[in-house]
Amino acid sequence: MTNSVPEFSAHTNCFLIIGSNTTEAHPLVASHVMEAQQRGAKVIVVDPRQTQMARLADLYLCPRPGTNVAWLNGLMHVIIAEGLQDASFVQERTEGYEELRQVVMTYPPEKVEEISGIPADDLRAAARLYAQHKPAAILYAMGITQHTTGTDNVKSCANLSMLTGNVGIAGGGVNPLRGQNNVQGACDLGGLPNVYPGYQAVTAPEVKEKFEQAWGVAGLDDQVGLTVTEMIEGAGQGNVRALYVMAENPLLSDPDINHVRHCLEQLDLLVVQDIFLTETAELAHVVLPATSFAEKDGTFTGTDRRVQRVQKAVEPLGESKPDWQIICELAQMMISGSRFQVPNLQPETWNYASPAEVMDEIAPVTPIYGGVSYERLEREGSLQWPVPTADHPGTPYLHKGKFSRGLGRFHAIHSQAAAELPDEAYPFTLTTGRLMFHFHTGTMTRRTEKLAQEVREAYVEMHPDDAARIGLDGAERVRVASRRGEIELAVRVTPAIRPGVVFIPFHFAEAAANVLTHAALDPDSGIPEFKVCAVQVEPVT
Amino acid sequence: MQYENVRTTCIYCGCGCAINLQVLDGEIVGVFPDPQHPISRGSLCIKGWNVASFVRHPDRLATPLVRQGEGFREASWDEALQLVAERMGAIYAASGPQSIGFLASAKCTNEENYLLQKLARTIVRTNNIDHCARL
Repeated sequence: MTNSVPEFSAHTNCFLIIGSNTTEAHPLVASHVMEAQQRGAKVIVVDPRQTQMARLADLYLCPRPGTNVAWLNGLMHVIIAEGLQDASFVQERTEGYEELRQVVMTYPPEKVEEISGIPADDLRAAARLYAQHKPAAILYAMGITQHTTGTDNVKSCANLSMLTGNVGIAGGGVNPLRGQNNVQGACDLGGLPNVYPGYQAVTAPEVKEKFEQAWGVAGLDDQVGLTVTEMIEGAGQGNVRALYVMAENPLLSDPDINHVRHCLEQLDLLVVQDIFLTETAELAHVVLPATSFAEKDGTFTGTDRRVQRVQKAVEPLGESKPDWQIICELAQMMISGSRFQVPNLQPETWNYASPAEVMDEIAPVTPIYGGVSYERLEREGSLQWPVPTADHPGTPYLHKGKFSRGLGRFHAIHSQAAAELPDEAYPFTLTTGRLMFHFHTGTMTRRTEKLAQEVREAYVEMHPDDAARIGLDGAERVRVASRRGEIELAVRVTPAIRPGVVFIPFHFAEAAANVLTHAALDPDSGIPEFKVCAVQVEPVT
Repeated sequence: MQYENVRTTCIYCGCGCAINLQVLDGEIVGVFPDPQHPISRGSLCIKGWNVASFVRHPDRLATPLVRQGEGFREASWDEALQLVAERMGAIYAASGPQSIGFLASAKCTNEENYLLQKLARTIVRTNNIDHCARL
């Protein structure tokens, strides 16, 4: 997020919420939005499902899935045509405006209505609301990113925010709501194939040298590594022979899981470190029992770049160990054994007494975390990066006065269709997401009785018109099939979804939505298009 | 009887709500929010209120497991970690560093993610490390 959650209730005067089921997936962020609404802030929700947030909104737009760039360009068309842009911000802080203008002027609201299904007048109303209530914040979740055009979608959000001068001010900005408790931190600390901790490129010679010095090694890899989906594909092709999985469940979370299973089965070594025997762990050669969050110390970084403490409350169950300790013990064995060529490494360098000591190693090599220490977190509660030095107070919102690259660059982007569109054989668009009562692959929430009893099994949502079209006729179960596979599950008929679109929550292994989803990726981010694929639905009698 | 409140951070979603775990004689007996926290402000969602319920679930893995035919057998830490180091080492020797991949985790701590990428990068010398940020 460019901005902070508390700014929403304190400062924001308009919210544009895109592809985020905020009250279910990020309830405590939603509480700040609702509080702002009570003092008069406007809320626009754009989603193919009429979520609770959409019902609370001042304006709700219901687009066809996969048309984000088109309607965002349409909004900017209206803003420029009606002179609602922030001309001085555009003049002083951005570049590429003319190219942007030329592209968005080819997206008049009537044309956008044809592409997206959003009525032209609603689009105009949304543009005026957003542009005329400053500060305006864009909030989005996977409804923006999980598309083959995900990067284009994000850039379009940035275009809109800059065009209206909403970047670099409290209560504005472009704010992805991160779905996992520490997905921000895993990215920040180098759990990515192209960067070291602090987003420092593995291909930059000076960065490589810095880490070689800090870690006391020579010859670090200077090529970008493989992404999750590439590793799994590589396993299928035999190029990747060993995979070490720490607390992830790709056999349920990745697209086209029949194919994922086939790939993982080809591995010579699959190691899974987790707290439960997940679907992925069942395939493993070795399973290492880790502890839960309540049995270890550490830090998580929340969606608004907020670094906070995790504190041990109880002793580890059985022989389970904290993940950090498992990694250190394994590292020592790998160094002591003769197989790896690690002449300069000593097992003793992996003797960390506690996670606090690890953070003391992180801070000096990770500029955005430079001033983070357990002592400060103890005293101050949380720190928002960048916090470059021990006396820096942290950064509630980014890009104040200046972008990190100098001028903010507009990206002139044309709309592109999703990779797999509905056709005669597969006439519905499937979109997937989460429910309020469950988390991701359900490993923990389905083992929590109070949550499990709320929603016990998978279901598909469909519009009453579509139910009639497939002759549902009171049947309670349906078979949903895509070109990749099929599942059978309960059906819920609801008017709160766009006709032609069906929705399946992806928490349920026994009717896994990802059997159906399409593994087409965004070419830049590598994110799969979970939000759009073509399916057919038929009643099971 | 010994009772304490342990302040920590919720693990469901990226909101980052602070929670207090109520610990009685070494076991968690309850969860309550933190009125001072800038995001949660004394509230929690239903997942947050129930965040500790799975911690002592009988399905929790309590010992290392090593594959035996279609199933697993229990193993000591020493045996399990030796096996991983040995087999990964053999693959490294035969097929090189790029034949090995690591998945870090959006569920684990910053320190754990740092350590896993350090292991991959310094000992195996590969940048094949990623996690489910894309999923």
